[in-house]
Amino acid sequence: MALLEVRGVAKTFRGLKALGGVDVSVEANSFHGLIGPNGSGKSTLLKAIAGVHYPDEGTISFGGQDITREPPPMRARAGLSLKFQITAVLPQLSVYDNVLLASQSRGSIWGLLRSRSRGELHDETMDALERFGLADRADDLAGELSHGQQQWLEIAMALTNKPRLLLLDEPTGGMSPEERRATGELLMPIKAHCALVIVEHDLDFIKDICDRLTVLDNGRVLDDGTVAEIEASPKVQEVYTTRV
Amino acid sequence: MARDETPRRQLRIIPIIEIALLAGLVAVPHVTSDFQTIIASRMLILAILAISFDLCWGYSGIMTFGQALYFGVAGYVAALLANKAGVVELLLIIPASMATGLIAALLVGWFLLLGKRTPTVIFVALGTLTASYAAERLVAGWQWVGAANGMSIWEFAKVAGLEIEPGVWFYYFILLFLILAYLGSRWIVRSQFGLVLAGMRQNEERLAYFGYRVQVFKALIFAFAGMIAGLAGGLYAFHEGFIGPASMGIGLSTYAVLYGLFGGIGTLLGPIFGVAAIETMAFILSDINALKPYWPVILGFIMLIVVVWRPTGLLGVILSERERIGSFGIGARKKRKGGGDGAP
Repeated sequence: MALLEVRGVAKTFRGLKALGGVDVSVEANSFHGLIGPNGSGKSTLLKAIAGVHYPDEGTISFGGQDITREPPPMRARAGLSLKFQITAVLPQLSVYDNVLLASQSRGSIWGLLRSRSRGELHDETMDALERFGLADRADDLAGELSHGQQQWLEIAMALTNKPRLLLLDEPTGGMSPEERRATGELLMPIKAHCALVIVEHDLDFIKDICDRLTVLDNGRVLDDGTVAEIEASPKVQEVYTTRV
Repeated sequence: MARDETPRRQLRIIPIIEIALLAGLVAVPHVTSDFQTIIASRMLILAILAISFDLCWGYSGIMTFGQALYFGVAGYVAALLANKAGVVELLLIIPASMATGLIAALLVGWFLLLGKRTPTVIFVALGTLTASYAAERLVAGWQWVGAANGMSIWEFAKVAGLEIEPGVWFYYFILLFLILAYLGSRWIVRSQFGLVLAGMRQNEERLAYFGYRVQVFKALIFAFAGMIAGLAGGLYAFHEGFIGPASMGIGLSTYAVLYGLFGGIGTLLGPIFGVAAIETMAFILSDINALKPYWPVILGFIMLIVVVWRPTGLLGVILSERERIGSFGIGARKKRKGGGDGAP
C-alpha cells in the first residue's frame, strides 16, 4: 500500500474549480513531483494534503489512516511535514531556536515547561544545521539569513520532526543556480527515511531528483509516471509546448 | 557555533537591572514615609497585575483587555471569605485568590481560545473587554457583594496567625509574592514552553504545522496569567481593605495594558517599571495644585509619546531586541555525544 493515497480530491474556491477529482499515490521513500502550468492546481493539492484547507470531495489517507479532515497538528504528529512556498522561518528567533522549536514539538507540555528535552535535542539540532551548512550561523537571528539560507533552514526545520513524508512547495524559488544545485544535493540523502512530494517550476531540478511525476492541468491529472515516461508523453509535451 | 557549545548567552543588562531593582525595592520602606510605603505596596500589587498582562500580550500574542476581571473576582472572593466566613489568614486567602483567578481565566480562555475556529486578535481583545465590562456591571448591581459601594474588609489580615497592617511588613509580604510571580513567570517564558510562546507570537500558523496545538498553549498561559492576576487581587483587597466594581472593570484593565506598553512588553521587568513610572507620575502630578485639573491629560500625553516613540517601551531604550527576546531552556543541561551532561 502506498504511503499517501489521494483519491478523487476536488476543491472549489468561490465557484472556481481548483481541483476536479485528483488521484495521486506516493510510495514510501520515493520522491514525487507535482508539475503543471500556473493555475493547474499543484499548490492547492499540496495544501489539501497538508491540511491548509480541506477538500470538498474525495479522501486523503496517510500510512493507511484517513486524514482528510484532520487538522494540521494531527497530520504533523502522524509524520507529515510541510515547507511553505513563502519562507516561514521565525525571523526574530535564532537559527538554533528555529530548529529546536521544530524538533521539540514531539515533547509533552510538562516536559517543555521543565526544559527536559533541550539537552537531548542539542545534537539533533546541530546535526540538522550542519547538514544544511548553517551550523556557523546558529546564533544569528533567522531573519538575518539570505533568502536561500532561509529556505534551507525551513527544510531543516521540516525534517527535524523525522517525518515520513515531506511536502515542499517551490523550495528553490528565488534561489541562484548554485543554491538550487546545492538544494538538490541536500535533499537526496533524506530518501533513506522519508518520502517527498514537491511542487516546483524548475523542471530540470525536479527531473533530477524525482522518481515519479504527476502532471496537473486545469485541476485534473493529465499524466502520471516515471520521469522518462512523462518526458515522452505527447499529452504533456502538448501542454508544455503550447501553453507554458 | 561548535557542537559542544550551547547558543551564546547574550543576557548582559537584564541581570544587572534585576539586581538593582531588587535592591531598590528592598530599600524602599527605609527611605520613604509610612504613607509612601503604602503607596509603594499598591504599586507592587499593580506590578503583579501588569506582569499577568505581559504574559498574555508581550509573550504570547493574546490581546487581553480584561485582565482586571481575574484581579477583581479574586479580590471579591477574598473579601467574601473575610466578611462571610471570617477567614483573614493570608496563607489561605492567597491560594484561594490564585485558584479563583485561574478558574475564571480558564473559563474565559476556554470560551474565547478553544473554539473550533482560530480566534483573531480582535475577537479575543473584544471578548476579554466585554467579559471585564460585564463583570463590573454585574457586581455594581448585586447587593450581596455591596453593589456599587463595593465591599470593605474591617479586619486586618493575618499571616500565620499574626496580624499584619498596611505598612512595612505588608510591603515586604507583597514584595515576596511579586518576586515569586516574577520568578514563576520567568521560569515559564525562558523554558522550552516559552520558546513555543515566542514562536507562536511570530507565526502561529507555522507552529501548527510542526504539530503544536497552539490554542492549548494559549489557553494555558492565559490561565496562568489569570492566576497571577488573582494573586494580585487577593493582596489588593486586604491591603486596601476594600474591593469595588472598578477593580474588575475596563478602567483597571486598560491600565494593565498601559503599564505593560509604557514599561516595555516582552520583558517581565517592563511592566514593573511601567507601573512605577505611571503611578509615580500620577502621584506627583496630582499633587501639584496648578496641574490638578489637567494631570490625567498630561500623563496621557507622556504615555502616548513613549508608546509612539518607542513601541518597545521604556526598557526598549536600553535593551537590544536580541536581549529582549533572550534564549530558551535555561537550566537545561545538554548531553554531549558519547558523554555526560555538559555545562548548562
